[in-house]
Amino acid sequence: MSNPTNLHYTKEHEWVAIEGDVATIGITAYAAEKLGDVVFVDLPKVGSSTTYMKICGEIESTKSVGELYAPLDGEVIETNSAVVDAPETVNADPFGNGWLIKVRFTSLPQLLTAAEYDALTGEG
Amino acid sequence: MPVRYTSDLAEHEAVRTNAGVFDISHMAEIFVSGPQAATFLDYALVIQSSAIAIGKAKYALICNAQGHIIDDLIVYRLAEDQFLVIANAGNREPVVSALKERAVFQGFVGVEDRSDDFALLAVQGPNAVALLQKITDKDLSTLSYYSIDEGTVDGVASYLCRTGYTGEDGFEVLIPADKAVQVFNALIELGIQPCGLAARDTLRLEAGMPLYGHELNLNINPYQAGLGRVVKLERDEDFVGKSALAELAKQEVSPVLVGLVGTGKRAARAEYPILSGENQIGEVTSGALSPTLGYPVAMGYVAKEFAQIGDEVEVDIRGTRLAMTVVKLPFYKRSK
Repeated sequence: MSNPTNLHYTKEHEWVAIEGDVATIGITAYAAEKLGDVVFVDLPKVGSSTTYMKICGEIESTKSVGELYAPLDGEVIETNSAVVDAPETVNADPFGNGWLIKVRFTSLPQLLTAAEYDALTGEG
Repeated sequence: MPVRYTSDLAEHEAVRTNAGVFDISHMAEIFVSGPQAATFLDYALVIQSSAIAIGKAKYALICNAQGHIIDDLIVYRLAEDQFLVIANAGNREPVVSALKERAVFQGFVGVEDRSDDFALLAVQGPNAVALLQKITDKDLSTLSYYSIDEGTVDGVASYLCRTGYTGEDGFEVLIPADKAVQVFNALIELGIQPCGLAARDTLRLEAGMPLYGHELNLNINPYQAGLGRVVKLERDEDFVGKSALAELAKQEVSPVLVGLVGTGKRAARAEYPILSGENQIGEVTSGALSPTLGYPVAMGYVAKEFAQIGDEVEVDIRGTRLAMTVVKLPFYKRSK
């Protein structure tokens, strides 16, 4: 699956969609495929703060545990309860309905472009 | 063998509800032959191989002199003077060396590692036997559980073994290595799902089957692992590890292997600490969110005093505590 060019990425395999001062965050198709079938997601609480590249959640598959790294500093304003109820959505639609959290960010760090992320994962 | 072909859960479910095929060619095939083969195996392993009827199989352990487990094996008797020993891939070298070393004391016996000559395909699931029947000349209904016979599969000369590692009915098909792709594809053509290592692990875990390197290792004796029944101490002849095992059988061994179940969707995984209050009383050896049951299941070693069925423990899941209850293994048993 190709990585959408309108998104930003981290080396920890998160994607970030920026709209104003709100970032929607999920894990990439590459990460979801590497994890295997996602069976549990643990997301930060709404109102909690995130710190750039600090772990803020977990994504568990049948085989392993993946960590969700915050791609920016800010405050969690929404979590995707549909994904908590149906974790398989992360595999089915990682860049869409499988989004995980929305963060109102206070600063925007340097993130990877789709081309840079493609290079990192050996795709493209 | 890949971790998965499609999805771990889909592959797991295929084996529980229909049929799956695993390429387990990495496993070691060791042929033991000669007039003294049975006598030799009686000495080398903890089971009484001489009591296995021709065409039958037995689960076995090979222990060292301290009574600790070098590997778990399946021993098939192919003829009066010929046995096939299947060992774990990772233990191929230690098992072959131990057997060869033990053969020195036993006279006329050949120990031949033929792992590279063979491929092994495990066809497992409630429909596995019916599907496999379509491409074999052997009437599979004549082979009961833990039996082996020769037959053809897709025209290829094979050994058909009614054994497996999933908790389902099925066969393990031993074929020449150069026919592996042909037979694997023929099985897939029948609608059998190719399955990877991830599904194999969750299936065997639900079935309460130990995995060497997790539940079994060189620091574990059979009594700790709940495998005391495999050790035939009562037989007259000596075998490697017998005196140490006889001592261990008299003692209260600890820690011991238990099954654990919890609630929720979080898995207790290998190496997570098992706690009672603030004290660590054991460690998880395998664990997953059971795909079939929908709740977390785990195996692990706990101190004897916490190992009774119904005992409540906690597992430290990366800082969060999960309450788990000691249960009888297996977690899953197929309806017959």
